[in-house]
Amino acid sequence: MPEAIATNQTILVVGGGISGMSAALEAAECGKQVILVEKNPSVGGRVAQLYKYFPKLCHPKCGLEINLRRTKANKNLRLMTLTEVTAVEGEPGNYTVTLKKHPRYVNENCTACGACARAVEAEFDDEYNFGLGKRKGAYLPHNLAYPQRYVIDPRILGTPDAEKAKAACKYDAIDLDMQPEEIKLTVGAIIWATGWKPYDANKIQPYGYDRYPNVITSVEFERMADPFGPTGGRILRPSDGKEAKDVAFIQCAGSRDRNHLKHCSRICCMATLKQTTYLREKYGDDYKASIYYIDIRAIDRIDDFHRRVKEDPNTRFIKSKVASITEDKETRNPILHGVDIEGYHRYSNPHDLVVLAIGMEPSVPADAFPAKVRFNEEGFIVPDEANGAIFAAGCSEDALDVNRAVQSATASALHAIQVINRVAGTEG
Amino acid sequence: MTDYNQQMIEKYRENFLKEVEHNVEEGEWVKMCMQCGVCSGSCPFGPYWEHPPQELFMMIRAGKRDEVLKSDSMWMCTSCYNCIARCPRGLPITHIIHGLATYAKRLGLAPKEQPTAKFAQLFWDNLTKTGRVNELKLGLALYFKVGEGLKTALENKDLGLAMLKAKRMNPFELVGGHKCKDIKGLHAILAKAEEIEERKIGMKA
Ligand SMILES: Cc1cc2nc3c(=O)[nH]c(=O)nc-3n(C[C@H](O)[C@H](O)[C@H](O)COP(=O)(O)OP(=O)(O)OC[C@H]3O[C@@H](n4cnc5c(N)ncnc54)[C@H](O)[C@@H]3O)c2cc1C
Ligand code: SF4
Ligand code: SF4
Repeated sequence: MPEAIATNQTILVVGGGISGMSAALEAAECGKQVILVEKNPSVGGRVAQLYKYFPKLCHPKCGLEINLRRTKANKNLRLMTLTEVTAVEGEPGNYTVTLKKHPRYVNENCTACGACARAVEAEFDDEYNFGLGKRKGAYLPHNLAYPQRYVIDPRILGTPDAEKAKAACKYDAIDLDMQPEEIKLTVGAIIWATGWKPYDANKIQPYGYDRYPNVITSVEFERMADPFGPTGGRILRPSDGKEAKDVAFIQCAGSRDRNHLKHCSRICCMATLKQTTYLREKYGDDYKASIYYIDIRAIDRIDDFHRRVKEDPNTRFIKSKVASITEDKETRNPILHGVDIEGYHRYSNPHDLVVLAIGMEPSVPADAFPAKVRFNEEGFIVPDEANGAIFAAGCSEDALDVNRAVQSATASALHAIQVINRVAGTEG
Repeated sequence: MTDYNQQMIEKYRENFLKEVEHNVEEGEWVKMCMQCGVCSGSCPFGPYWEHPPQELFMMIRAGKRDEVLKSDSMWMCTSCYNCIARCPRGLPITHIIHGLATYAKRLGLAPKEQPTAKFAQLFWDNLTKTGRVNELKLGLALYFKVGEGLKTALENKDLGLAMLKAKRMNPFELVGGHKCKDIKGLHAILAKAEEIEERKIGMKA
């Protein structure tokens, strides 16, 4: 992309999740020039990996689709995928941003026919499914990926697979000679919306995520529940592929803990309550859900949701943070150990499957951040004069649900628009 | 009951949490507990505690002074530090537990026949006498004063023999035994420490 297309009246949005897309669209629909850069081959972010949304239990894909339609319709918004920001210099109204664009090895000719994927043999862990399944070395990240264009995994370059993919494509879309590009842009304001990542469950040693196959995370559970996911929507135990009907949820896994993330990740209580409804949806009355918690933090209006789940006779609430997990060697059932606070009963409860309601941390760590901004202790960006015209949106600002993330995105768009209006005012 | 105990009851009437905060080592941490239960669930001796740490902390806040201080729970702690390592709020649980035990003893409320408490006293007396632990005397005292005498001694005979063989224990320790170079100096240090401690308690009381 040539430098000329961005000016100091352009807004750069970093991160194409629900927050970045929302902020970019709000600004573009106000007539501002917007460039949206996304690190992955497709936009949508974490929301595209959810099966259903709380509180309404609608399908996230639906909300994304509306945003995609708005994106396609808007001439002011330009999207760059497989792109990261490596440096930011300058001041409000005049930033120089360095971008690194990774090659997709597939150009605009791609019709998403999938012939390349069929030709390639090599398989890799599917990132979209948190490694629960495999994908080919030529792949579409997921069904609803936008742009609808395949990607060649750089690991097949130089192998016969790369040539096979190229030969299979009837549209001359595969270009194995694409090179990484460094691009410098001038922009007036920046919206930072790189979102969150799940806390590394391996670090929670007593829970044995690294040792016991039937201990999984809440994000993996979302993928399992999705009919288009790696298990076709069935809740299966990784150890033996059997259906899990007695499922335990451990709250605050990695959150509210001085040994891990100090903050409350805020959405995981709601995520668990939501996930118990997946069990009812799949099994009717034939399941058991057990929620181990310190306290349930279903904030304001979503407390109704909490109350509804509490009325479900198949769902049990145990007020206790699980101390440790062991495994029954024979059945491979995880056994949860702890003491509850309602009577101080010591328990050792076996379950078919354990879901860790994993905490959220910022996806770009403070020490790797390409610009000077202020962070709080947890690594989220705090609004501050010193940040200049760099505004955080969504989960770059805090652990937020989609509703709040989008509110935060709109606010950041307004801030950015004000900066651009000031620049336009002085420049005429 | 000692006068000291009565004095404290009067001073902190109805506010046991404050009493703990003022008089127990690391006691000011108690209010930080969020009752998650990880400490109780992580303690290898957990099932043997009458009230596990989490419950003790709640009882302190609920003002259950007698139940806490007379409990033998604090004496179950083996200082394994599992709870400290895992407490999500960073409470120095092991230290608080020992602090509570010490305070209970100071008040004269600690259970009299509690084996760990008895052994702790034996160990202290044994150590401070010569500045060196006399394994033989300590072992025998443990068997005969805390354990069931000859029966316990015989049960542990193989261990004793192994220790003799490995030169970890010396039969001549029964008479005299080894000591540190400057016992007088050691006793002076201990006396001074006790004096400082007394003053500290007096100041708070
Ligand atoms: C188990 C679970 C279930 C959930 N369920 C719900 C629910 O039902 N309802 C609800 O409202 N919320 C739910 N949430 C919360 C929801 O996922 C977030 O609110 C939402 O993802 C926030 O969107 P975002 O755009 O801020 O961040 P993200 O979704 O993380 O998007 C960030 C985007 O930035 C990109 N990016 C990252 N780094 C860079 C970089 N360096 N350069 C460029 N781009 C980058 C990423 O690839 C991604 O596309 C759930 C969360 C969890 C953990
Ligand atoms: S939202 Fe719930 S599960 Fe998540 S950290 Fe907060 S209290 Fe724990
Ligand atoms: S682990 Fe810490 S916060 Fe949890 S109950 Fe024990 S002392 Fe309280």
